[in-house]
Amino acid sequence: MGTANHGVFSLPPPIDISLENLAEFPEGRRVLTCIQCGTCAGTCPYGELMQYPPRRIIGMLRAGELEKVFTSDSLLNCVACYACTAKCPRGIDLTGVLLPLVKEQVLLRLPEMPAELQRALENKLRYGNPMGESPRKRAAWVKTAGVPVRILHEDPRPVDVLWFVECYSSYYPRGQQCARATAKVFHALGVDFAILGNEEKCAGECGRLSWERGLYNTLMEYNMLVLGKYQFKLIVTSCPHAYDAFRYRYTALRFNYDLRHTIPFLTQYLDRLKPRLRRKVSYKVTYHDSCCLGRHSSVYEEPRMLLQAIPGGKLVEMTHNRVNTICCGGGGGGMWLDTYYKAKGYERLSERRVKEAVATGADVLAVACPYEISRFEDALKVLGYEKKMIVRDIVELLAEAMEV
Amino acid sequence: MKIIVLLKMVPDVVEELELAADGKALDTEFLRMIANEFDNHALEEALLLKEKYSGTVTVVALDAPEVDDALFTALAKGADQALKITDGDGTLGTRAGAYRLAQTLSSVPGLLPADLILTGAQAIDDLDGLTAPLVSHLLGLPQLAIVTKISVDTTAGVATVLREFPGGVRGEYEVKLPAVLGIQAAEKPPRYVPVAKVRAAMKSQAIQSVPAATAADGGVGLLPVEEMSKPEVTEHAQMLKGSPEEIANQLCEILAARGLL
Repeated sequence: MGTANHGVFSLPPPIDISLENLAEFPEGRRVLTCIQCGTCAGTCPYGELMQYPPRRIIGMLRAGELEKVFTSDSLLNCVACYACTAKCPRGIDLTGVLLPLVKEQVLLRLPEMPAELQRALENKLRYGNPMGESPRKRAAWVKTAGVPVRILHEDPRPVDVLWFVECYSSYYPRGQQCARATAKVFHALGVDFAILGNEEKCAGECGRLSWERGLYNTLMEYNMLVLGKYQFKLIVTSCPHAYDAFRYRYTALRFNYDLRHTIPFLTQYLDRLKPRLRRKVSYKVTYHDSCCLGRHSSVYEEPRMLLQAIPGGKLVEMTHNRVNTICCGGGGGGMWLDTYYKAKGYERLSERRVKEAVATGADVLAVACPYEISRFEDALKVLGYEKKMIVRDIVELLAEAMEV
Repeated sequence: MKIIVLLKMVPDVVEELELAADGKALDTEFLRMIANEFDNHALEEALLLKEKYSGTVTVVALDAPEVDDALFTALAKGADQALKITDGDGTLGTRAGAYRLAQTLSSVPGLLPADLILTGAQAIDDLDGLTAPLVSHLLGLPQLAIVTKISVDTTAGVATVLREFPGGVRGEYEVKLPAVLGIQAAEKPPRYVPVAKVRAAMKSQAIQSVPAATAADGGVGLLPVEEMSKPEVTEHAQMLKGSPEEIANQLCEILAARGLL
């Protein structure tokens, strides 16, 4: 596998690329170099359920029969996990380039859009978050943060770190606990940070927002305008999907801010962190590599460094780790397709992942993506493992060990 | 087939509703307006009928905040024409609103006659459910409300509609066209329209503004709002504690003490 990509793409896919003009772009021409080996289908977590896995799609594309692919809903199973992309021996960016374009056409031809997904997309447009919560309550969690959290539209002075909190950390109760933990850790480390508060809207998710290009562009244009109002040195986000969006998509609108995900950002503070991790713990922890942060952006070691810095904790690995991680099932719109998958009788990927986590004998499943908390906590409950294992964001574990 | 859909904006309950200082209306400072859900079903039913029998769909709405978004969305979904009745203050009650709609339908050239006028069976602002009956009365057309299915015999000019009643009872009715129908639910959930299509509609299509024909109440009598208040919060939620047996005993005692057993 010497030629396989290990997740890093130096250039974002061109914004104007379409199925019609694929051959005009190097990324598109690369698709046509496929050797039909089928590694993509084999590595896809839902590959066996797809009528048209990536290999067959490319075959149909070459045969001029893509229209047939559009009439099958099998590509709704694509969770944009970058597994096929990472393993492709020809280095074809399937998840970034080809699959979203095909998925868009599949979606447009569906006789009926899955209701859960439709609501999430409509909510993102109208309220800036998939849950349909009031945009005026986005920063409500700040009141219970326990430490001061500056909101830029109230106090627009320049700041070092603009922390892009994102939807699940702003609204979902377990996400809010992570937001509070993050604020406390930043505060304890003396980070000069501020948030956009109610001005923030969903960054637009990874990979062209689950096929909704117009919605993606609307959110992207909005957030770029808001970011442009303030002065800061660095954007830090707790959401790997926002990180993915900023890093690989917003560049089309000349996003050139310095960007970090919370975990690599905190790793820079490791020397300052270590003496503060006072509380000795006795748990065994396993870490789930998120697709966007791990496989797509090669952030593998930083989360493990932070976990190993917690005194007393023992880190164990799942069978599938780093580039081989298994998606939690939330990407590519999967977050809002659970009912759809369930109705079709498919196994939930979060359940597959949690079984593997429990098999390590760990007490704690550590994550770095806000989607994963609800997905894995639900999966643990469904499988009856809720007494065996708990799910914690790495920042929550740090805050606990720092006793902040 | 020519179909007109009447669409109304209602308060979006994603924000908590607050009363204005005079206690007679909602505080509009943070209030957002959204298309009435039942009217969205009326639009969907109209689009399904258009797909089945061909024809045109015209959406008519009273002016209100965010109504342009709702109308462009309707155009992007497949409506052929969008009309906005201006001079409205967006706070008309059902009666005055129905009068204004009926007057506009009659006064704008080319709108009537239409085969079907569809609107939501009710709206969350007052739950009156009177728009369809009032408009039909003012236009002198037959009306059926709480409709969940429509099929049309275009040569005979007759529609067969399914109406819903409480307790799971449904009735099939025949009505001669033109008619006004109050839609409870479309045969399919309102469709998703990609945002790119809405953005394209905003660039390539236009909303036609028409001034309101006459004064708001038109003599049918505005109902003045004397007072508006939030539902009263009552106290008492007694939490019972103990084993299931103890809780069951306590529950029986409480019910017996209130003469409910």
